[in-house]
Amino acid sequence: MTIKELSTDVLIIGGGTAGCYAAYRLGDRPDLSVLIAEKANIERSGCLAAGVNALNAYITEGHTPMDYVEYAKKDADGIVREDLLLSMSEELNLVTKDLEDLGLVILKDKEGRYVSRGWRNIKINGENIKPLLAGAAASRSNVSVLNHVNITDLLVSNGTVVGAVGFSVREPVFYRIHARAVLIATGGAAGLYRPNNPGFSRHKMWYCPFNTGSGYSMGIRAGAEMTSFEMRFIALRCKDTIAPTGTLAQGVGAKQVNALGEVYETRYGLTTSERVYGTVEENRQGRGPCYLRTKGITDQQADSLYRAYLNMAPAQTLKWMERGAGPAEENVEVEGTEPYIVGGHTGSGFWVGDDRSTTLPGLFAAGDAAGGAPQKYVTGALAEGKIAAKAMEQYLDNAKSIALPDGAVLFQEMESYLQKKNIPLTVDQLEEAMQKTMDKYAGGIRTDYRYNEARLTVADRKIAALQQSLPLLSAGSMDDLLRIYELRERLVVCRVLIAHLRARKETRWHCFAENADYPEKDPAYECYVNSVLKDGEIHIIYRDLVKLHEHTDQ
Amino acid sequence: MSIQINKDLCIGCGRCMESCPGNLIHKDSRGLAEIPRVQDCWGCTSCIKVCSVQAIRYFLGADVGGAGATLRAESTSHYLNWTVTLPDGTEETISIDRSESNQY
Repeated sequence: MTIKELSTDVLIIGGGTAGCYAAYRLGDRPDLSVLIAEKANIERSGCLAAGVNALNAYITEGHTPMDYVEYAKKDADGIVREDLLLSMSEELNLVTKDLEDLGLVILKDKEGRYVSRGWRNIKINGENIKPLLAGAAASRSNVSVLNHVNITDLLVSNGTVVGAVGFSVREPVFYRIHARAVLIATGGAAGLYRPNNPGFSRHKMWYCPFNTGSGYSMGIRAGAEMTSFEMRFIALRCKDTIAPTGTLAQGVGAKQVNALGEVYETRYGLTTSERVYGTVEENRQGRGPCYLRTKGITDQQADSLYRAYLNMAPAQTLKWMERGAGPAEENVEVEGTEPYIVGGHTGSGFWVGDDRSTTLPGLFAAGDAAGGAPQKYVTGALAEGKIAAKAMEQYLDNAKSIALPDGAVLFQEMESYLQKKNIPLTVDQLEEAMQKTMDKYAGGIRTDYRYNEARLTVADRKIAALQQSLPLLSAGSMDDLLRIYELRERLVVCRVLIAHLRARKETRWHCFAENADYPEKDPAYECYVNSVLKDGEIHIIYRDLVKLHEHTDQ
Repeated sequence: MSIQINKDLCIGCGRCMESCPGNLIHKDSRGLAEIPRVQDCWGCTSCIKVCSVQAIRYFLGADVGGAGATLRAESTSHYLNWTVTLPDGTEETISIDRSESNQY
């Protein structure tokens, strides 16, 4: 197998929202070389592949960044990093201006002001947002893009991250990349739990199914501290198509109603988790299915919805047209998705400083990979990419050159999967086993997101056993190798997630962390649940809440 | 939820293979596009929008309510023209002006 050696000042792992924008910002420092390593192609990779319906994190006139901090804090019932939320919120409008300058269409009124969809959302045509970001990153003279290369492991020398290894997903080539600073911008983790549509449409899910938690996994294995994995994210979506519901709720004012036609959303509260919980409870109590009440909207409204969905989730428009009955004629059934780990919506991810540096020197994290700052959405991910880019510049101005470990063991692991073994196990089998285990024993859709200590114990044992089976898999191609590594990353994330779920012995967020042993909120858990993998064991660390104007404990 | 590639129309330009965020579209022995793992498609329609000959169509699997209709897109510099084809051959096109924002 060929090993290609590359060297760069900054390695950005993952060319999605945060990664592309960080590269774009680093374009202002032409003396620094920047390399984006992306397992697909940055043109459409990551969460924004299909487009996005609105910019959901924007500070409209009359509001302040602190208002956004308070909103996110309330939504997560206090378990947020106020410092991170504030530094992010202060950037939201600046990065939005950048997006507009790059060519994003944003709806404006006659006076040229952005048209809002609530106090923190603005209306756009987000169909081409990813090609715009990718083009901006690639246009910088100091930025190189390595498409179709999957990064698997960080290279660490005396505790400092100095590069990474990976492989081409198309040709038999391994990569060893020497980097003076590394940014994890790999997104969150989908595919841990059995999805809503487990059969033919198994990837018709809310979150990008190609975001497999690789950044978390790399960081965990290198000893980085993680936070709040137990704050899972579950989206309330249109049934079957798993298309966004916000466009219906905020766009045409559709209320959540049960099968009896009763508006139930007010009974359970309006935080993100409560909206899901209400739907789960109505179903549990025999009043399902639940819907967004769209029946009776005007033809013009329906036409606008057809168009809006084509710009972000074409499946929904196809479904309406195929049925010959749209939202004006029929209410839209809603359901909760399977749980995801995603730092752009909840607090899960790397434990970072205000500059988005992780606990490992030389390693930074942004976007869905970074924890502590929920409700990032697109603009928050861009903000974090910008903050991390600035921090990496400063780090590099002082960083010493450190020799690169050879990574031989890591390449041997890749090689070992490429050897033919006559064992009837496949990636698909192990993936199904993982999803089934997480679904039943770690609070998936099957148990209405509930779990208890006894179930989590079983889950951990089963997931650990699947990890033991990994070396039995064999890859006939580099494409097969990618699927094996995606499974490997997910299993690592599952183990840490289970440890976090066990550690928060309360129910602070319905559905997101519904602990049946401890169904109430407990003030003793007004803290972060963090973890570090050390000598093969996951160690839980409880940390005090970081509030503004206080020292950031790192 | 997946895509269907019409190899009679495919010209093997490779644009779809580049744009798929899941590395799901490969070259077959004739250099044409194929998707061996149809069940792994996210449904983002990136490939459909970059295909200059409209050889790729999107469809809903029966498990999510699909009944044989397909969706294709014609991409021009100012418009994205989406066409739904029903099983009986009936077609309907929605033309989206790229310079216009979503109303919702």
